[in-house]
Amino acid sequence: MISWVDIIVQGILVGGFYALFATGLSLIFGVMRLVNLAHGDFIVLAAFVTLAIVQQTNIHPLLCLIAIIPLMAAFGYLLQRVVLNRTLGKNILPPLLVTFGLSIVIQNALLLTFSADSQKLPMGNLTIQSIEILPGLNIGLYPLGVLILAAAVIGGLQLFLYKTPLGAALRATSDDSTTIRLMGIDNRHIFGLATALSFAVAALAGVLMGGYTNFDPASGPSNLLFGFEAIIIGGLGNLWGTLLGGMILGVAQAIGAEINPGYQVLAGHIAFLAILLAAPRGLFPRMAA
Amino acid sequence: MNLLETKNLTAFYGDFQALFGIDITVAAREVIGLVGANGAGKTTLLRSVTGLLSAPKTAITFNNEPIGGARAETLVKKGIAMVPEGRKLFPSLSVEENLKLGATTKREGAWTLQKVFDLFPILEERRQNPATKLSGGQQQMVAIGRALMSNPTLLLCDEISLGLAPIVIADVYRALPAIRAAGTAIIVVEQDISQTLRVADRLYCLREGRVVLEGPAATMNRHAIADAYFGAVH
Repeated sequence: MISWVDIIVQGILVGGFYALFATGLSLIFGVMRLVNLAHGDFIVLAAFVTLAIVQQTNIHPLLCLIAIIPLMAAFGYLLQRVVLNRTLGKNILPPLLVTFGLSIVIQNALLLTFSADSQKLPMGNLTIQSIEILPGLNIGLYPLGVLILAAAVIGGLQLFLYKTPLGAALRATSDDSTTIRLMGIDNRHIFGLATALSFAVAALAGVLMGGYTNFDPASGPSNLLFGFEAIIIGGLGNLWGTLLGGMILGVAQAIGAEINPGYQVLAGHIAFLAILLAAPRGLFPRMAA
Repeated sequence: MNLLETKNLTAFYGDFQALFGIDITVAAREVIGLVGANGAGKTTLLRSVTGLLSAPKTAITFNNEPIGGARAETLVKKGIAMVPEGRKLFPSLSVEENLKLGATTKREGAWTLQKVFDLFPILEERRQNPATKLSGGQQQMVAIGRALMSNPTLLLCDEISLGLAPIVIADVYRALPAIRAAGTAIIVVEQDISQTLRVADRLYCLREGRVVLEGPAATMNRHAIADAYFGAVH
């Protein structure tokens, strides 16, 4: 009995990672209907850049976040202004092709620089500590921290989007990116800010993931896929739904892995498809398609 | 001195030419009526003036400054605001958030949130409602209020009576004198000629991308307008 509770709790905790992968993806899609196929690779890129910093300076990876988050945000803003804004228009294909191309470029650049070896960020003894919440049921302090952080990120984003003038400008741009210009707001700048935010969350996700599981230059696409599934299970445009979607995905994978280690990823996909069949717009849809 | 002047203004949608050399002038605090049938180029003219559509640089001057082809967000800062056709409110935002977004440029002037509420008292009651949950007339008031929040010296109103009941149209139009008194010139685009004649100082009639008739509204003959509107052959 306790082992099943344990499996479900572990699955829920992993949901924090998936929610972080998904939040950045969801932000960009929400504001400018751009599907960033390279999102998973940017997460991995952040992990590798942090690895390089750690190897050079011996600074703790979590401390590196102070530098890596603003760095990735600035990179995201520039990428949006210089490249991605030019792909936006009535046709949805150009942004897909360009981000798909970016994904390949990043993976190969990482392969050249860091080789195909699996890496892990040295978190010290942080990742092996656990607390006993029930007799015989231990949960890892690190994934618990990640889940709490994911909830904090989502809560913070909600506050930002719904309680600040800039958040209102982002929501308005999501509604109508032409009329926003009549308010004296440059839509290209708002798009840049949305991508900056997305990349900031991707940087956080990359470092946290890099300290918990192994990563290599090719692990981006699976992060992207899990992020997508979390968003769609939870319902498009609903950030709290995304967190729940991540947890459901995590639990399904944990159950699958318990049955047979080879079924871990498969079980997640099956749960995703089952939910999609039962509720095509996700569990808690907010945005009209 | 003219507030706004267009000289030989042309506009294109891809290869399709929509405006063929438009010359209009708007003086400070003047109310201009712009009439014409569907596809005459009224909205295109407004979109060119607001910067949503590109224009030759010297074809449009505002306060003696060439502004043709400038971006819309820059022109709002210079004092050009538009109430777009179909209102184009932001559905995710409340009435108050829509209005406040209009004040993003922080231009100085007479209009504040409270002044807009004084002009349209019903909006103060509905300030927390999602903007697009309001009635059509109330939504139009939000759209006008949102444009006023940028304290424009030139306000462009595109078909603000479209889809509204006559009694509601009168409510909306009742706001124009107060807007003008605050120092704003207005261009009113309408398909309804009699409505335009009531509020405008001068009238331009457009047909197929050209000005076919212009003059003071007081001296305009309804038959002459109708002829210009439909392109009657004599």
